[in-house]
Amino acid sequence: MDRLCLPRLEPAGLDGWMVRLFDAIEETNLLWLTALTHDCEAAFGESLVDLVPSYTTLLVIFDPLQISAWQARQRLAKVLARLAPQEGIGAEGELHEIATWYDPSVGPDLARVAELSNLTETAVIDAHTRRDYRVFALGFSPGFAFMGLLDERLNCPRMDTPRQNVPAGSVAIAGQQTAAYPTATPGGWNLIGRTSARLFDRNRDGFSLLKVGDRVRFVAVDRPDFASEGGDTAPVPACRETGR
Amino acid sequence: MSTGTARVGFRVMRAGPLALLQDAGRFGVRHLGVTQGGPADLHAWAWANRLTGNDWGTPAVEITLGGLELQAECELTIAVTGADLSAKQDGQPLPLWCSVRIRKGARLTFGIPIAGLRAYLAVSGGFVAEPVLGSAACVVREQLGGFNGRGQRLADRDQLTVLTSTDPADGTPGAEAPELERPDYTAPAILDLLPGAQLADFTGRSLFDAFNAEWHVDDRADRMGVRLRGPSLKCGIASMISEGISLGALQVPPDGQPIALLNDRQTIGGYPRLGNLTPLAASRLAQCQPGQVVRLRPVGAENALGKHRHFINRVMARDQRPLG
Repeated sequence: MDRLCLPRLEPAGLDGWMVRLFDAIEETNLLWLTALTHDCEAAFGESLVDLVPSYTTLLVIFDPLQISAWQARQRLAKVLARLAPQEGIGAEGELHEIATWYDPSVGPDLARVAELSNLTETAVIDAHTRRDYRVFALGFSPGFAFMGLLDERLNCPRMDTPRQNVPAGSVAIAGQQTAAYPTATPGGWNLIGRTSARLFDRNRDGFSLLKVGDRVRFVAVDRPDFASEGGDTAPVPACRETGR
Repeated sequence: MSTGTARVGFRVMRAGPLALLQDAGRFGVRHLGVTQGGPADLHAWAWANRLTGNDWGTPAVEITLGGLELQAECELTIAVTGADLSAKQDGQPLPLWCSVRIRKGARLTFGIPIAGLRAYLAVSGGFVAEPVLGSAACVVREQLGGFNGRGQRLADRDQLTVLTSTDPADGTPGAEAPELERPDYTAPAILDLLPGAQLADFTGRSLFDAFNAEWHVDDRADRMGVRLRGPSLKCGIASMISEGISLGALQVPPDGQPIALLNDRQTIGGYPRLGNLTPLAASRLAQCQPGQVVRLRPVGAENALGKHRHFINRVMARDQRPLG
């Protein structure tokens, strides 16, 4: 089926257009979204402010002092008319290996996930490390990458009550997705381990380790290896139950 | 702008609840999950810089809800715009929306909000901070920007670096904003909304309510977003696959109470949206106190763009600077 029968240009304010390419989350979306991102950079040049790719869409923000929404729309229509995934433009995505220490002390929801998925904790870890994931979107906090898709057996709902403070590096799952928290933030995903990888670094070229379209493989490491890479072995503080 | 000398311009005697350094915002990094930041009230921020002779984008201090006390460490030309936070210079009322010269040792105090929520303090030459990811905009949640680069709000005993201009033409005291540029923040606000793609998914009744009801600004309001209370809006779509969110997006979660997303919003989200407030409407909303009444008014794209460009032209037009 020709997937490009769908594209829609939707208004997104004075300075934006939402380009909607798909209506469902599929790994193949990334080929098209990467090509679209690339083509928009070329088509808008100096008048481009921001491009925000996500699972099925690309939000294009332009400078309304340089071009009007109508002019931006014309450019986007031209880009879409020629759009095709191209070899070499992030089609494969860079592969990152994320060394992860899977342990109940830093992944306090391992037991819950094992129970919900009817697997042993070892089988949960095995299922999480077995496949390569794609980065579908960045958001929530700087460098926070939404990755998928998970082994269906691991699909667990978010916590009813989010944690006030999820430690940096926490590796987590929710629904069909997995992620690692770049910085300590509140969060409602199920924590199953921790990585020593620096996911967001203001001094790194490009700042974020992971980008939309990249591939990620979680690799299980033991505590000494995790610690020797600079991993923080401090356990996740227990959730305070709300008094009911 | 001309070059100048970096020096300590102010010492923070009392920081108050929330004072943040803001340039125009952080751009070109939103695909990394990094938010926009920048002044919640673009209009007042831009005028503060204009009145002090600064270029667009020069960092100024956004003072929310008052409580700030500063001491000038050298002679400076400043301008305070935006909310009336009972600003005083050495105990005397400080005129707003105009540039004034203050002496070394002068005390600037910001008290309780009389009208509006956020005042902007600009200094001729500009406040100085090392840009982080291309911007000095302070986003506390992301620990980015501000005077120390780590997203820290102003704190007691901070020393604020300024660039004092060597060009005598910069920041002439007595520059005044025209009367029509000084909004009455206590008046009911009419907010221009550009209709969005999910507009048609709302029920007819909800669309009628959206543009006819009085909306009350909720006390759950910050630089990420402002919640509005009123009739419950019903949308055929409960939630969507997450996608990029632009400034002023008016999202409607399942409880039917819209949230206008402002400068520090998360970069992606999945609730249906009525549309987007224009940048000037978002600015206006950022000055509304909890309980204040606002109305939504649909606006066409060309009309909205015309108004926006007109605002930029007015604030940038150097030759029309009214001199006192």
